Amino acid sequence: MRNIFLVIKREYLVRVKKKSFLIMTLLGPILFVGFYATVIWVAMGSVDTKTVQVLDESGLFKKEFKDSESLKFTFIDTSLDSAKAGFQKSDVNALVYIPGDVIQNPKSVRIYAAKNVSMDLKSDIEKVIEKQIEEIKLAEAGITHKILEDSRVNVNSETISLSDEGEKTSSSGAATVIGGICAFLIYMSVFIYGTQVMRGITEEKTSRIVEVIISSVKPFQLMLGKIIGVALVGLTQFVLWILLTTALTSAASAVLGSKMSNDPAQMAQEMQKVQVPNQAMQGNGVENPVAEVLGAVSSLNIPLILGCFLFYYLGGYLLYSALFGAVGAAVDNDADTQQFMLPITLPIIFSFVFAQFVLRDPDGTLAFWTSMIPFTSPIIMMVRVPFGVPAWEIALSMFLLVLGFVGTTWLAARIYRVGILMYGKKVTYKELAKWIFYK
Amino acid sequence: MNIIEVRNVTKEYSNHTALDDVSISIPKGCIFGLLGPNGAGKTSLIRIINQITGPDKGEVLFDGQPLNSSHISRIGYLPEERGLYKKMKVGEQLLYLAQLKGLTQKQAMDKLKTWFIKFDIKTWWDKSVSDLSKGMQQKVQFVSTVLHEPDLIILDEPFSGFDPINANLIRDEILELKQKGSTIIFSTHRMETVEELCDHIALIHKSKKVLDGPKNVIKEQFKTHTYFVEYKGHLDELDPIYQVLDQKELENGYSRSNIHLYDDASPNALLLNMLSKVEIRAFGENIPSMSDIFMRSVNEVPEA
Repeated sequence: MRNIFLVIKREYLVRVKKKSFLIMTLLGPILFVGFYATVIWVAMGSVDTKTVQVLDESGLFKKEFKDSESLKFTFIDTSLDSAKAGFQKSDVNALVYIPGDVIQNPKSVRIYAAKNVSMDLKSDIEKVIEKQIEEIKLAEAGITHKILEDSRVNVNSETISLSDEGEKTSSSGAATVIGGICAFLIYMSVFIYGTQVMRGITEEKTSRIVEVIISSVKPFQLMLGKIIGVALVGLTQFVLWILLTTALTSAASAVLGSKMSNDPAQMAQEMQKVQVPNQAMQGNGVENPVAEVLGAVSSLNIPLILGCFLFYYLGGYLLYSALFGAVGAAVDNDADTQQFMLPITLPIIFSFVFAQFVLRDPDGTLAFWTSMIPFTSPIIMMVRVPFGVPAWEIALSMFLLVLGFVGTTWLAARIYRVGILMYGKKVTYKELAKWIFYK
Repeated sequence: MNIIEVRNVTKEYSNHTALDDVSISIPKGCIFGLLGPNGAGKTSLIRIINQITGPDKGEVLFDGQPLNSSHISRIGYLPEERGLYKKMKVGEQLLYLAQLKGLTQKQAMDKLKTWFIKFDIKTWWDKSVSDLSKGMQQKVQFVSTVLHEPDLIILDEPFSGFDPINANLIRDEILELKQKGSTIIFSTHRMETVEELCDHIALIHKSKKVLDGPKNVIKEQFKTHTYFVEYKGHLDELDPIYQVLDQKELENGYSRSNIHLYDDASPNALLLNMLSKVEIRAFGENIPSMSDIFMRSVNEVPEA
């Protein structure tokens, strides 16, 4: 036990002391926060008000162009030519000309601007005109505004999951986001840290230190020590990322605070506006999905999700890193790992692909079985957990995952103990199978 | 008392037998030469003693007990293929290896200080292993092998990669360790090392032990009853008690011959016999060198 601890300590310290670890740890949150800060900043920046002159010969649109934060409409009543002449001298951003026969000839609408107008502005103006023409035409056809209003139903149902604890409001939107993020994190970390285990083992083998080490430590202890050491590095990185991201986010919002409120929902709404400006323009009762997510997150069972995430992160990592370790032991250098990597990476990639389907149908047959098989369950079950999964399913899946990683670790250890002392031999699958059954 | 008793050990790999019913005793406090051509099975035996692998048949006793994990810290092993963590600092690395052998951090630190002063390598502590030359790395690895003062030290080709000065330094250390009571197993092809340092030897060839025992006893066994003599004058080729095998002209009219003495005759009789015939400058028995013994044993074994 003392030796496993010593190995863990070395593997952990060697990696944590590396410059690349420090850089990744610092850069990750900076990139993350920086990206969103830029998006928000750009969103704030574009809020400077543009003035638009409207020359409406038809007289139908007076009420329709409403001033917003970013657009100010002024109506003029001159001829087109004098309007154009006046536009040149003023600091108005755009001039919209709506001819009298716009109903019959909608294409005759013109937008004049000093520079090219932005797509957003163009589509905003078009939207308003289209909508008004539509309404007028509908009215001509005998459909009143009242009927129209009635027909425009906004379905925004509340999902209520029936569970043992009784009814509780949940949001499939929030569950989708949380499940997706968890699955992605597990997917990435299995890859990144699994490969680190493999590299470490190949390094020990090629530098020939391994023979010295295993004259003091059992091969199994060395392998396990390395796997656990790297897992702790991964956990450290996650924790630091979360702490740093939180710190940076609050710092960033303090800096941007003069331009925006600190209310995250408001912030989310601002971002939403940038991403889908058209929706925001309409603004007629379309609930903001991000705000909804933020609101609904509180309805999810956060401790359960966090617990499951830790379990499946560790379980999935242990299962796969043992296999990665076996590959590292079987080959002489990094270049030879390719041929053995495929059967290991395929199930990981498949589970990530399956995850997309499971997100849409978290209680389907595919979802059930893939969340039971230990090779796919770490990712798939994490997708399902936020939607609510029966306790027995989680328990069974966890049990199978434990069996799974005990199994792969056993298998890997058998390959490992032979492989690390085998040099200069091109290893085949047949050979690997033989190693497993060596005494 | 033997520190190691190898009893009828057989080790098989999928396509060949590495050790075939090998029994060897290694007495405490000696320098033991484990000899054999490449691929004879030396490394397999060393790995079994180090508990890196286990025997298929037979057993190994350490200090009278079957090998178990408590013996690991009493053995120091320097494998032929040297290796250290390339990117780790020398000091940290040695501390780590010493702790794996059961020393506490403080014990390891104290002992390391002594060795760093002894080898005059104090400036290396914070250097990365990859910044050291190959010879320097060998020194570091030697320190890591003997730092925990093991009862049994296994050295596989310990002098390879050292210049003569450092080779001497290491040799003196080995003799000092023996003086302090450690047993040392040498695995080597260099017969001059065996000649100079070893008290006992065992020779493994084609997975079988073909020879073992104290070096002087083995030399006795391999004696050919030949003597050399340097003389002036003429020596008859044949005589009732001896036979001249060859004759070589030396400077100043001297000759050198190798003479085979028949079984029952004593060297004194030979000397008396010759005294009347020639003027003798030098006379001695031809003691077989380890190299001769090695070559003869290896060639005598019939091809499998």
